[in-house]
Amino acid sequence: MDAFVLQLLNGLDKGGAYALIALGLTLVFGTLGVVNFAHGALFMLGAFCAVTMQKLLTLSVKVKDPGVTFFDAYKEIPYLEVWFGDTGKAVIDYAVPLSILLAIPVMLLIGLVMERGLIRFFYKRSHAEQILVTFGLAIVLQEIVKTAFGANPIPTGAPDAVAGSAAIGEWLGLGAAVVYPWWRLIYLAFSLAIIAGVFSFLQFTTYGMVVRAGMQDRETVGLLGINIQRRFTVVFGVAAVVAGLAGVMYTPILPPDYHMGMEFLVLSFVVVVVGGMGSLPGAVFAGFLLGVLQSFASMTQVKDILPGIDQIIIYLVAVVILLVRPRGLMGRRGVMES
Amino acid sequence: MNSNFLRNDMVLMAVFTLVVLTMPIWLAPIGAGYPDLLQKIAIYGIFAIGFNILFGLTGYLSFGHAAFLGVGSYAAVWTFKLFSMNVVPAILFGVIVAGLFALFIGYVSLRRSGIYFSILTLAFAQMSYNLAYSVLTPITNGETGLQLSQGDARVLDHALGIAQSGLPTPSFFGMEILGWSGFYVCAVALIIAFFFALRIFRSPFGMALKAIKSNQNRMNYTGFNTRPYTLAAFVVSGMYAGLAGSLLAVTDPLAGAERMQWTASGEVVLMTILGGAGTLLGPLLGAGIIKYFENIFSAYNERVLHDVFSGLPNGLEQIVVSFTSLFVGEGWQLTLGMLFMLVVIFLPGGVMEGFRRLTKLFRRDGPQSPAGAAQPAE
Repeated sequence: MDAFVLQLLNGLDKGGAYALIALGLTLVFGTLGVVNFAHGALFMLGAFCAVTMQKLLTLSVKVKDPGVTFFDAYKEIPYLEVWFGDTGKAVIDYAVPLSILLAIPVMLLIGLVMERGLIRFFYKRSHAEQILVTFGLAIVLQEIVKTAFGANPIPTGAPDAVAGSAAIGEWLGLGAAVVYPWWRLIYLAFSLAIIAGVFSFLQFTTYGMVVRAGMQDRETVGLLGINIQRRFTVVFGVAAVVAGLAGVMYTPILPPDYHMGMEFLVLSFVVVVVGGMGSLPGAVFAGFLLGVLQSFASMTQVKDILPGIDQIIIYLVAVVILLVRPRGLMGRRGVMES
Repeated sequence: MNSNFLRNDMVLMAVFTLVVLTMPIWLAPIGAGYPDLLQKIAIYGIFAIGFNILFGLTGYLSFGHAAFLGVGSYAAVWTFKLFSMNVVPAILFGVIVAGLFALFIGYVSLRRSGIYFSILTLAFAQMSYNLAYSVLTPITNGETGLQLSQGDARVLDHALGIAQSGLPTPSFFGMEILGWSGFYVCAVALIIAFFFALRIFRSPFGMALKAIKSNQNRMNYTGFNTRPYTLAAFVVSGMYAGLAGSLLAVTDPLAGAERMQWTASGEVVLMTILGGAGTLLGPLLGAGIIKYFENIFSAYNERVLHDVFSGLPNGLEQIVVSFTSLFVGEGWQLTLGMLFMLVVIFLPGGVMEGFRRLTKLFRRDGPQSPAGAAQPAE
């Protein structure tokens, strides 16, 4: 039972990341009809927003170290600490949550520029060409990041207050051995909040309603005198922000490097296809489902029965689903079937 | 008309053969005249030509073709280990195993089309890659890669008494495959592969594949069962990939799982698109351009650049060098990505489309002349 709960939680936080990326992919696909292979790169860019924020906050000045008296020793102290003392230290500690503030405008801007500068020329081109051009863009973006930040993973820690583990075993009455990192719990809650935010934006605002109407029948909405194109562009920006935030918050779990986007992209595409192309609830559900399945498959008891299953479970599920339910779990009729 | 076509094709084949066999001579001035690079160009050319038979003719975009390359490599190295160091059985075995593997994957994947097909092939390739790294280690030797060792059985070699001392090298009936002989083995394979591709393009089978690309539904409505045709194309292109994989093993008897990773599958897509999908020579050109960039450009570092731009004034030189160094050496992939984006945006038909537009510009008749088309794009 303990192991079961742990694996479930393990799967859910990874599933949260998959769901957020897949949600953005589906949004872009549902509105603009574009298959965006650069979406994983947006996730990666988000993660590097956190890295940038950390670097900015820890810009340091060299001061003489008074503790060493034998020779002149210098140590680096961040400006923030020099200026604000302990407050500054606390701010640096919270670098990752703070970088959300940086990531939202930056990712929105990147999304809008990407849509206006490249994607809009590809609405009418074939899906293969969309895949190819965004694949090229993903390579370019990740190479730029590699030049700017180097090829090695950059550790970016969670705030000290939530660095430890939560004693969820005691809360649930399962015994003290069941502990779970705080940050992963936060990530899970965060991803649920973002998903809820996106859905309520689409469901409960007039803006979102028009967007949904445009997804159903773009032409009619256009005839009603609404500039649906501009709204879709904004939706692309929102999708970029969602992917970016997923990346920002993921940095304490996985130190970001320049090719993390590609790894997540492949999995997220599988998630989208399993959930059903064009279905937002499908993407979210499949994200969590595949995350949990992957986590269960890596239990030793399972691996003893089926060696290697943890390596292939996601793809195996995708193959089975595609063959048994061709439209995915919640796919709509007529999407991507030409 | 028919005999005219045939004659043109014969001319094309003859010119192609000549151009490929003299590659060491005419590629030498641009710094590509060494066997390592040339055989890579030939091998990846075969890979891309095979991929093009599937993607270029039927329009099915496979994102998992590297799996067949990897399987071909493993099969060839196992032939070396178990039977003989002769390259002929290794190549045959590699091609056959890759073909069988493609038959299985194609049978399942071709039930879907469009992006679903791409995801299915991607899923299969990633499964093979992950398994090769983990559970299948007894067969693939995991991260180390499958290598030859002195204790290998090599049943046929021992029976015939051709036992070599030390680590054996692959051979072609006694001729060791090293350096230039390696290139010529690959070149001959490339010429044969190209010939088959040419025959497929011109055959009724090729016509059927092109028809499937332009409208599969209509083909089905007329009572034409398209499945066997797409499956045949898939298997043939898988066998090409297996041939390329076994040639990789022939020139360097080592097979690693990283050859099956999806980035490797992406690379062959890039090559085909860059050269021009659906054209005969395009994929080979694309493979040549990308491998050339990879080998030559990535060798440039800041010191070499300083030599190149030493004529410029000092301050300017520094700026130019630091700017260009973003695109060469370690950064060549950036160049590749940009080049690729530019091609997809402005020239969806690839380099071959560029040639066609150029020839149109100069008002020459005919789509392309074979000799001109075989020139690289640099």
